[in-house]
Amino acid sequence: MFDNPALLKAIFGRLTLESLPLHEPIVVATFVVVALGGIALVGALTYFKLWGYLWREWFTSVDHKRIGVMYIVLGIVMLLRGFSDAIMMRLQQAMAFGGSEGYLNSHHYDQIFTAHGVIMIFFVAMPLVTGLMNFVVPLQIGARDVSFPFLNNFSFWMTVGGAVIVMMSLFVGEFARTGWLAYPPLSGIGYSPDVGVDYYIWALQVAGVGTLLSGVNLVCTIVKMRAPGMTMMRMPIFTWTALCTNVLIVAAFPVLTAVLALLALDRYVGTNFFTNDFGGNPMMYVNLIWIWGHPEVYILILPAFGIFSEVTSAFCGKRLFGYTSMVYATIVITILSYLVWLHHFFTMGSGASVNSFFGITTMIISIPTGAKIFNWLFTMYRGRIRFELPMMWTVAFMLTFVVGGMTGVLLAVPPADFVLHNSLFLVAHFHNVIIGGVLFGLFAGISYWFPKAFGFRLDPFWGKMSFWFWVVGFWFAFMPLYILGLMGVTRRLRTFEDPSLQIWFIIAAFGAFLILLGILSFLIQIFVSVRRREQLRDDTGDPWDGRTLEWATSSPPPAYNFAFTPVVHDLDAWTDMKNRGYQRPLTGFRDIHMPRNTGAGVVLAGLSVVLAMALIWYIWWLAIVSFVALIGYAIAHTFNYDRDFHIPSSDVTRVEDERTRLLAATSQAG
Amino acid sequence: MAHADTVIDDTVFHLEDDHGHAESGSSTMLGFWIYLMSDCLIFAMLFAVYGVLGGNYAAGPAPKDLFDLPLVALNTTMLLLSSITYGFAMLEMAKGRVKPMQVWLVITGLFGLAFLSIELYEFAHFIHEGATPQRSGFLSSFFTLVGTHGLHVTFGLIWLVVLMVQVSRHGLIAANQRRLMCLSMFWHFLDVIWIGVFTFVYLMGMLR
Repeated sequence: MFDNPALLKAIFGRLTLESLPLHEPIVVATFVVVALGGIALVGALTYFKLWGYLWREWFTSVDHKRIGVMYIVLGIVMLLRGFSDAIMMRLQQAMAFGGSEGYLNSHHYDQIFTAHGVIMIFFVAMPLVTGLMNFVVPLQIGARDVSFPFLNNFSFWMTVGGAVIVMMSLFVGEFARTGWLAYPPLSGIGYSPDVGVDYYIWALQVAGVGTLLSGVNLVCTIVKMRAPGMTMMRMPIFTWTALCTNVLIVAAFPVLTAVLALLALDRYVGTNFFTNDFGGNPMMYVNLIWIWGHPEVYILILPAFGIFSEVTSAFCGKRLFGYTSMVYATIVITILSYLVWLHHFFTMGSGASVNSFFGITTMIISIPTGAKIFNWLFTMYRGRIRFELPMMWTVAFMLTFVVGGMTGVLLAVPPADFVLHNSLFLVAHFHNVIIGGVLFGLFAGISYWFPKAFGFRLDPFWGKMSFWFWVVGFWFAFMPLYILGLMGVTRRLRTFEDPSLQIWFIIAAFGAFLILLGILSFLIQIFVSVRRREQLRDDTGDPWDGRTLEWATSSPPPAYNFAFTPVVHDLDAWTDMKNRGYQRPLTGFRDIHMPRNTGAGVVLAGLSVVLAMALIWYIWWLAIVSFVALIGYAIAHTFNYDRDFHIPSSDVTRVEDERTRLLAATSQAG
Repeated sequence: MAHADTVIDDTVFHLEDDHGHAESGSSTMLGFWIYLMSDCLIFAMLFAVYGVLGGNYAAGPAPKDLFDLPLVALNTTMLLLSSITYGFAMLEMAKGRVKPMQVWLVITGLFGLAFLSIELYEFAHFIHEGATPQRSGFLSSFFTLVGTHGLHVTFGLIWLVVLMVQVSRHGLIAANQRRLMCLSMFWHFLDVIWIGVFTFVYLMGMLR
């Protein structure tokens, strides 16, 4: 049987023993480490009998708070992978001078820079942003859950499915060697005949379904489920940015789905969308993918702006300065983000008029963004600023992001872009805004809302260590790239000729090392905080003297969030309630109607991963089987009408009485 | 649960009388509508791609050599009629009459099936003449745009059958009415898309 190649091909497609990268010692070593870590984790979970708990309470949960936490865990785990890729590249570039080839061959290096970009955007930034929105938005608007709780669980597992597919490419076969947007014709079947680009396509398609559905879900939640009295202009600013971001997701991700489907057709069926002959047009791919890609960067940054707004207002003890202008700035950015995509390829040759149009729209975006910066500064002005960790991240963001914004405006000038296009200056610019904007915002958000999620604060000492390593590390790692870019060094290079450049790469590698310490400090911070949770505990549910509704309930909030639906009279609803002597209701609790947990999301996402793997490896029988199973299971799931239950009022009373006791104890101790 | 615009007493900070978790009908309708708009964007992309590549024949067949307008007109009629009959089914649903509704849904399904059969016949005919999706940019974008619409109709048919089974099992309960409304939106949406296909691909193709 094993010497019948036709049969083997029918069963395994193009998957053979050769597909395992046994000849790459670095990959093998990584695999050994990951496998040992995985076995240790599985062993520990089995030993402590945690599987049942995880399955019942987390994996199948439709509770938006738990799904939010799981998204964030996914983002942090994938950050480790994405950062490993980053530090490998920094090491390679610092070494590969004067005839040295470094330690990564080109085949491997090209996969690393592709995987780094894909993972950091799709599986680090997106899950972290989605996770925070999922956790915070329903609480901020006084809702019990999102509009479609099951869909939320399904979306999460589809995102995990995409991450699993990318991770598999490390050990079975290979990843794309095309750069993170996989431009054809390089990503076409002629130049990339292997599985790399297919891994890329199917990972993003699977994760994209999840992202799109969670976008629909959150838009619907914000539009339909706000507490009574919360008009649009009384919505917390983070909810506003979440609304705009999710509108962008709904309006942008279908474009990605369509363009990747067309690329897949070119590769699988032999159509001529992006080919060089038979009437195909590769530049159309570049246009289409950036019509998704530019809104995508605003999908990431808008929630970060929302976090900074919440944090600034909370830690300055003031109402946010210029709330209305902040809302309109967000909306203007949302709209403008669709009118700038061409600035990613000024050098394509669209001509001076087209380039001017897109250059000007790009520069206009800096106006609402600048308005936001001033709003934050004026909120701080004459505020009683408390420099807790979230506020430190916010200040670091303002200083760092403004530099990134200015280099962005510089790149928006088409003639300047002709010089800087594809250079390390560009690489420095977008890391400047993504790290200095999105990531700093996410760290601010995580340390701000962590006590809400778990009932204890994060340890401030290790948080500050992480903060300083990250901020200083960022400046060390990326300022040299600006300089190198101005000297004309292009991106994605593996080796260098000119020895005078090496010192800058060494400085950048040192910066990456500092960021490594920052990431380690962050992990230690979580570990230490869990160990010291009793000292760090907060029983009030309002550790920062917050201003919005999420701080009105306990930490962690009960499954139903609010025993009674809150009524909103003011933008800073919780501050208003505190100022006017709001008394928490102690009796009269009723049954609460809630959605039931389900494992369907896990099963559907699992089947999607199998389908993707079958398509990647040309295992056609498995593709058909898993597709039929996917549709069949989805249909079967719709036959289950029993999807909700009531939390009995006795349970609600018990939970609320416990909170009453804790609050009384805290106020006596205080 | 969305009562953001309700006028409320200024000293009341919570609702005593709660409606609980609301995966209400109106929420589902809005959510499904938003989903349809995202689907509409996929079609918008495919139309744009057809707009860019539609004239790239690569020395292969052009619309005039291929399209058979009377056949497409027949096809269009099938789909438009299926929309009307789906509307009749919804009217029966509003009156709570299960049986006539099911009959109209069967008729809708048959019209949909007729549409698909004619489309598949057309595709088979093109491929037989050598006008395959691989032949040129024009044909790639033609088959993908029209085929994606056809794929949607196929899923709509599967969904229709599933819903008919569910209605026969549980009757016109609120959940089933909500699902029928969603499919209704989906079905009419596909009609609207088809009108775009018919106009921009077939009619304008004959004018090229």
